[in-house]
Amino acid sequence: MTLSLSKDTIQILKEQDVVFLKNRVKETAVKIKMGLVNQTRLLTACSELVRNMMRYADGGVCIIEVVSAGRNNGVRLTFSDKGPGIPDIAAAMRDGFSTGKSLGLGLPGTRRLVNEFDIKSKVGEGTVVTIVKWANG
Amino acid sequence: MSQKTYQLLKNKKKNILELWMKNQLADEGLREDLISNDELRSQSEELITALVSNLSGDNFTNLDSDEWSPVIEILGGIAITRARQGFSPRETGNFVFSLKEALLEVLQQEISDDPKTLFTESLKINRMMDSLSVVTFETFIKGREEVILRQTDEITEISTPVIRVWDGILALPIIGTLDSARTQIVMENLLQEIVETGSSIAILDISGVPAVDSLVAQHLIKTVSATRLMGAECIISGIRPEIAQTVVHLGIDLSNIITKATLASALAYSFKVMRLEVKKISTVTKF
Amino acid sequence: MDKIPILRMGAFLLVTIQVDLYDRLALNLEADLVQMVNKTNAKGVLIDISAVSIVDSFMGRIIGNIASMSKILDAETVVVGMQPAVAITLIELGLPLKGVHTALDMEKGMNLLKSMIEETEEDADEDQTNDDFITE
Repeated sequence: MTLSLSKDTIQILKEQDVVFLKNRVKETAVKIKMGLVNQTRLLTACSELVRNMMRYADGGVCIIEVVSAGRNNGVRLTFSDKGPGIPDIAAAMRDGFSTGKSLGLGLPGTRRLVNEFDIKSKVGEGTVVTIVKWANG
Repeated sequence: MSQKTYQLLKNKKKNILELWMKNQLADEGLREDLISNDELRSQSEELITALVSNLSGDNFTNLDSDEWSPVIEILGGIAITRARQGFSPRETGNFVFSLKEALLEVLQQEISDDPKTLFTESLKINRMMDSLSVVTFETFIKGREEVILRQTDEITEISTPVIRVWDGILALPIIGTLDSARTQIVMENLLQEIVETGSSIAILDISGVPAVDSLVAQHLIKTVSATRLMGAECIISGIRPEIAQTVVHLGIDLSNIITKATLASALAYSFKVMRLEVKKISTVTKF
Repeated sequence: MDKIPILRMGAFLLVTIQVDLYDRLALNLEADLVQMVNKTNAKGVLIDISAVSIVDSFMGRIIGNIASMSKILDAETVVVGMQPAVAITLIELGLPLKGVHTALDMEKGMNLLKSMIEETEEDADEDQTNDDFITE
């Protein structure tokens, strides 16, 4: 059972917001005593997802939560946008697939960096990506 | 439980405690080496006070209700400390079971004239104490698990020493199974040590690893790639013949990795890369 | 700050990235650096990322681009001082930065560049002698 302990909502509209978001995520990770390598994984994953949001949906909202399950604490990030959505999620999750001009590592790479990864998308309505990184995991 | 019984238990709190203490002290399994009698008494008293002061007629068997949480908290605390102190499950169980006996005994003394009430009330007390025993065991096991987890952490810490075999050459002997949690620690320690010592070559010796499957191989490849990204080279040594066999049979590609059969040959290779030479000094002979 | 300073030292260009790069800054760096390689005819580029705590796929791509572009302009690129956490994350992300040389620190990176340039010069010398031989 995963419990949410604190919640923080941040609007992402311009590039400065991204810097602010990353700082907040880092603070949260430090607060639950996440190790340096896991912090880096979480921040890199955050960076990938927020870039997708900026590029394909012109921004959106990110929710930062501290979650707890048993003896383990973690950070949960929820990115939701009102962009065009992803028509084929299975394809987007494959290595090397990209509709933009990128390496196509964003989504599959992000999934490898975090403990839990969930993506929901509706064409024309938007996309919601949720990731969880445990402090020791 | 009827209000009457509840009142009765409340009034007889002292008697129950005395009986309970008597039962506990009479028990052969009493661990005076682990807990003093005074401590035992104060523990027992705390629990019993919480129990009677939180009892009310309705929520008797519903342990999820809020009234029960102080009792469960105290009981949980006792169970966890006992697990850490090294009490056996039987000894911890007896702590709760002897309370049940004391409660039933007092009940029997007080309502001996009405067998029917005695029976129904005893049944209820039984049910309550059974639920409490379940809680005790759950927490006791959780306490034990914590001990085990802590030890596992300690073992992983201890079992991954990074050795400086030469100026600029690190060696890391891995002993035991290499799972993903272990690889994380090995990799982090190794990379950190590379930065701290400025070593350009790291030797990962896997002579102590019992088996290499595709997952372990993946972990090794990951470690080597990360080392290279930092600007150092990583050699894998200590590959036993049977490991070489399984690696090829499983179709694992290790061609991008420098592999050596023994730590000695890995060291010799490192010397060559660093343009160092080890020479035998000829003994001085007089003519 | 919208520019990362590029220092010239002999035949090499030195870049020390002191802040976490955001996208525009990284793109500017890519453009500036390629310009500089061309202008100064540099033989090597050293990028120090020891102060960078996050390299995501975009940043990784920029580093790869710089290396490939410099290579076309006949300059080698060495990335130095990558943090362990960053290295682990890049591997897990699936970005081994193929084609980019790495070194532990500035000094080792500089030595690596020098040895690479010596090798190419030796090759060139050999070509030269061969040519002489043919003309004779």
